[in-house]
Parts: sequence; structure tokens; C-alpha cells
Amino acid sequence: MRKGENLNSNETGTDNTAPEREVASDLFRRGVIVSPFLLVICLSFWGLGGLACGAIALGIVLANFLAGAWVIEWAVRISPQLLMGAVLGGFVIRMGVITGVVLPIRNSDWFDIVPFAAVLIFLHLGLLIWEMRYVSATLSYPGLKPRAKRQK
Amino acid sequence: MLSLIASTISILAAAVTEGEGLKAIGAGLGYGLAAIGPGVGIGIVVGAAIDAMTRQPESAGTARTTMFLGIAFTEALALIGFVVFILLLP
Repeated sequence: MRKGENLNSNETGTDNTAPEREVASDLFRRGVIVSPFLLVICLSFWGLGGLACGAIALGIVLANFLAGAWVIEWAVRISPQLLMGAVLGGFVIRMGVITGVVLPIRNSDWFDIVPFAAVLIFLHLGLLIWEMRYVSATLSYPGLKPRAKRQK
Repeated sequence: MLSLIASTISILAAAVTEGEGLKAIGAGLGYGLAAIGPGVGIGIVVGAAIDAMTRQPESAGTARTTMFLGIAFTEALALIGFVVFILLLP
């Protein structure tokens, strides 16, 4: 990088690629894949109320990933210096939104904290650990690509 | 955001008048304390990622990927604190 050159130049690959969006899309896709199993478990153990709580927690986790990735992508496109403020501000706003979504419904008859908490925490951590396997492999072997299936 | 703060204050005020004030204060303190750790952690993660992107702009994609995952893992602590807050809130 030459002196005085913008960090957002094409050489840095920061404005043409959005790796966090790809990671968040992967997390969203995997969350959608496992969601039927989680919702069936919630329905079978806690009934329709548990199903609703599980669905809310699922929506919170997936929306949280997408919102986090969008904030980073938006901030990096403007300036890396904005990144710190945007990420910390985004964190506070997302926590506020999650609190605002759950506080009004927490005293409802159908609301059950167990399926909500279980889906919220285990889905969040589970999806991240699942994604970490692929990301760590990509970082270790950058040139590794999936092979195309052979035609029989 | 203001309506959220107002509703939280009204909930806490109602809890205090019903004699469960300490529980509500404990829940609020717990959530606040649980959010401090992830806040510091996210600051460290993003600071290190900016440092890496500035030093090696060609590996900015790798730094951003690792940063996003680090932020998401750190946020899990805040979500656990949020669940404890909901559990403790009267």
C-alpha cells in the first residue's frame, strides 16, 4: 500500500468482497436447515407455546447474525475507522432490540423461558461452532475448493 | 429506544411498589454487568482486526472473517446475561 492511499482501495479487497456477509449467509442457511428439528422438539416438549418461543428465539438469533454482518459491511465500506463505533453501537442497539422484543411478551401465558433460552443460546453457539469448522479449514488451506462431481 | 427505556422504568417502578424491587434491581444489575464483558471483548476484537487490516491490507478479508466470528462468540455472553435477566425479572 502506497503512502496516502485509501485503505478501501480495490487492492485491499475490502470494498469488493464482503466475507462477513458470506459467513452470515452460511449461518442463516444452516439455521434454516436445523430450524424444523428445533421447532419439532419445542412443540413436542412444551406445546404450542414452546413452539412460539422457539420460533421467536430462532428469529432473534438469525436476524442478529444478519444485522451484525450488515453493520460491519456498511462501516467498512465507508471507513475502517468507523468500524469500532459501528460495531459497538450495533451491539448495544441489537441488545436493546432483543430486550424490547422479549420484555412485552415475557409475562404472557404462552411464554416459556426454557425453550426460548435453550434455542437462543444453543442455536447461537452451535451455528458458530459449525461455521468455525469450515472457516478454519478455509484459513488453513486457502486454495482448497470443492471438487466438481464426476459425470458417470 | 426511548419507549423501551420508559417501559423498563415503568416495569421496575411497578416491581418496587409490589415489594420485589431488590429482585428487579438485581436483574438489571446482572444484565448490565453481563453486557460489560462482551463490550470490552468486542472492543478488543475489533481493535485487533483494525490493526491487522492496517498492517496487512491484503489480508483484510481474513481479518474481517475472524473478527465477525469473534464478535458473534463474544455476543453469546451477552445473550446468556439477557436470559438470566429475563429469569430474574419479577
